Amino acid sequence: MLIKSSYLILIISSIIGLSLFIGFNVNLLPEEASINAPIYDELFKILLVIGLILFIGMSLIVLYSLFKFRRKEGQNGDGIDLEGNLKLEIIWTIIPSLIVLIVGIYSYNIYDRMGGMNELNHNHDLMNQPNSERIWAGISQASNNGSGTGNPNIEVSAMQFAFLFNYPKGDFISGELHVPVNQKISIKMESKDVIHAFWIPEFRIKQDIIPGQPTILNFTPTKVGKYPIICAELCGPYHGGMRASIIVEESSEYEQWFNQNKKIKI
Amino acid sequence: MTILIDKKTQVKQNFQPKGFLRYFSFSLDHKVIGIQYLVCGFIFYLVGGTLASAIRIELTSPISDFMPRDVYNQVLTLHGTIMIFLWIVPVVNGAFGNYLIPFYVGARDMAFPRLNAVAFWLIPPSGLMLITSYFIDGAAQAGWTAYPPLSITTPESGQIIWILSVLLLGGSSIFGGINFIATILKLRRPGLKLMQLPMYCWAMLGTSILVVLSTPVLAGTLILLSFDIVANTGFFNPVLGGNVVVYQHLFWFYSHPAVYIMVLPAFGLVSEILPVHCRKPLFGYKSMVFSIMAIVVLGLVVWAHHMFTSGTPPWMRLFFTIATAFIAVPTGIKFFNWVATMWGGKISINSAILFSCGFIINFVFGGITGVALAQVPFDIHVHDTYFVVAHFHYIVYGGSVFVIFSSVYHWFPKVTGRLLNEKLGILHFLFTFIGFNLCFAPQHWLGLNGMPRRVAEYDPQFQLVNQISSVGALLMAISTIPFLINIFISSKKGQHSGDNPWNALTPEWLTSSPPPVENWKGEAPLVEQPYGYGKLNHVKNNE
Repeated sequence: MLIKSSYLILIISSIIGLSLFIGFNVNLLPEEASINAPIYDELFKILLVIGLILFIGMSLIVLYSLFKFRRKEGQNGDGIDLEGNLKLEIIWTIIPSLIVLIVGIYSYNIYDRMGGMNELNHNHDLMNQPNSERIWAGISQASNNGSGTGNPNIEVSAMQFAFLFNYPKGDFISGELHVPVNQKISIKMESKDVIHAFWIPEFRIKQDIIPGQPTILNFTPTKVGKYPIICAELCGPYHGGMRASIIVEESSEYEQWFNQNKKIKI
Repeated sequence: MTILIDKKTQVKQNFQPKGFLRYFSFSLDHKVIGIQYLVCGFIFYLVGGTLASAIRIELTSPISDFMPRDVYNQVLTLHGTIMIFLWIVPVVNGAFGNYLIPFYVGARDMAFPRLNAVAFWLIPPSGLMLITSYFIDGAAQAGWTAYPPLSITTPESGQIIWILSVLLLGGSSIFGGINFIATILKLRRPGLKLMQLPMYCWAMLGTSILVVLSTPVLAGTLILLSFDIVANTGFFNPVLGGNVVVYQHLFWFYSHPAVYIMVLPAFGLVSEILPVHCRKPLFGYKSMVFSIMAIVVLGLVVWAHHMFTSGTPPWMRLFFTIATAFIAVPTGIKFFNWVATMWGGKISINSAILFSCGFIINFVFGGITGVALAQVPFDIHVHDTYFVVAHFHYIVYGGSVFVIFSSVYHWFPKVTGRLLNEKLGILHFLFTFIGFNLCFAPQHWLGLNGMPRRVAEYDPQFQLVNQISSVGALLMAISTIPFLINIFISSKKGQHSGDNPWNALTPEWLTSSPPPVENWKGEAPLVEQPYGYGKLNHVKNNE
């Protein structure tokens, strides 16, 4: 019995060890390029480890039972007459409930750190306006930059099958989204026809752009580079081709680009 | 006890065609209707599978080169609609429910045999209508979710035919649900208590409650959507002041419970198959019943987790996160109970048990990604990507379809009196299990790294993984060949099984195989312990 239980401990600890190893060493996610991304990846790693432990454990039990309790040649009759076990039932109700509860609280914390509970989203003044003027808030950005709208304000129009980026301060429209690095960006998104979605995988943010519901989305890029903007809601035949790019640059380069493009007011 | 049948019904029954032809008639026999559901569903599965192959062929290259883009959207819409409404829902509910429930409650037929036949005969015409809409002006192309305003702006005829056929199929589903509830609650043989019923009855009772509560909401929503399309009303049309998010709420109020309508009966079927082949009583009968009912209640209050990236307020996101994650608890209880049923048994390794174990492994995986998806911050990145595609295929294919195959191997001798070939069966299992995992496991990675769903073209960096996935799909397509050969040959030349080849104790095996028209020659036996393996004298027969 002693040997058996030490085997069991060995197996369980090696499953946990393997899951931790995979969880923290195998990278399944794209680059981290916004302040939301590392927070997201932290949650992902924790969920991956818990998931792996449960999945490997359950699969091993099933395979072990299939092998260990298989009917051997010439063996007849039934297995043991065991109809249930209250203690076991209580254990496997309480442990999963606790796991789910802890994961829930943890993901609430992550959501809060991502800015999901920010003031902007609770603003009742905004919610009481008529539909067409009401501004809807998407998931905000990580809260360490505070709430409210950021700078520069960019208006995004989504239509079949393109994104257009309007820079009201410079009075010009661009096909690419240029933003300065390490600054809070606030975009106001509107759809001209059907539902689209604004997704930047490297930023780990996504927000549907719903016609009739102008929506604000905040984010802060942290890494210079060019990343895809992808439409993630079926919007018609060319949905797969509805992509744009976001170009994150140093402030000086951004200023230069902005000044080159802005219309000179007479 | 004698069951009174009025003379008119008896005369009418005698006019039913005999032999093979009865499967093409308006038969009132629940066993005939069950087989009609199964075969009809399988034909639609082959159609839906062909469409899936077309999708996987298109996705072997990053550019849209296999079919026109609008046809691609029609194909994915039809694939989803056919697989859900014409294959899994009718088969796990209609086919097995009709065949087994009257046996399990000790009745000679369903409560409303004519309604039952009507429910089945709504399916083939609406399925055909749906497919033929492709040849008129193109089929619906707004996805199986038919989100407005896209569904309002795409060609009308396809979308309207889609709505009509989903309405008819929903009607069929409601008729079936009412029939199951009435049969389980009212047609039980005297002396048979609710807590003695085989688990599939409980699963079907729970499922039918979900069907009856949620399907009418879908019907109402689709009728409003059709008004928006043909009569230019503005329920969901933002140009006319409508609200598209309201449609999403109404749609998912049905369509999330629809997931449980597809998997709860599968849970019930597995609970029947495992004890028989493991020779052990079903572990934790009572907790299984309570967990089914808990899933039914929770299943009705989780729908908005499909809308985390739509305009949903934060409190709603939190509520639906917690409700969704908690479904894992009753579901987990069922899985632990099944594993405990296997533990210490004398397991016959055959196709039925392999498919059931495949189901457990696949579903645990899909369930874990499901709990992850329930977390708002996690979902925001992967919503509407291939991660979600992979997740729900692990649930509905790795879950429900594996159980359908397991059930076919288990109950084939009941229906035909012959056994299926085990070698072909194991070949079928290997192809399906390897093909399925090869096809869908890599798609998790695709979604995490930036491939949205429902696209005909994608970033070239994803080509290799998409090709691996397509190879898996090819294996899945090949897997149907040994299965079909097995069915056709074994039904003619298979080894005779006798009445009860598995020595099972559930009531359907206590009559001849195939069973006579009204199920039992004498009275229905009283089975107080349908899972009484390892005990003696489990059957009290009143004869």
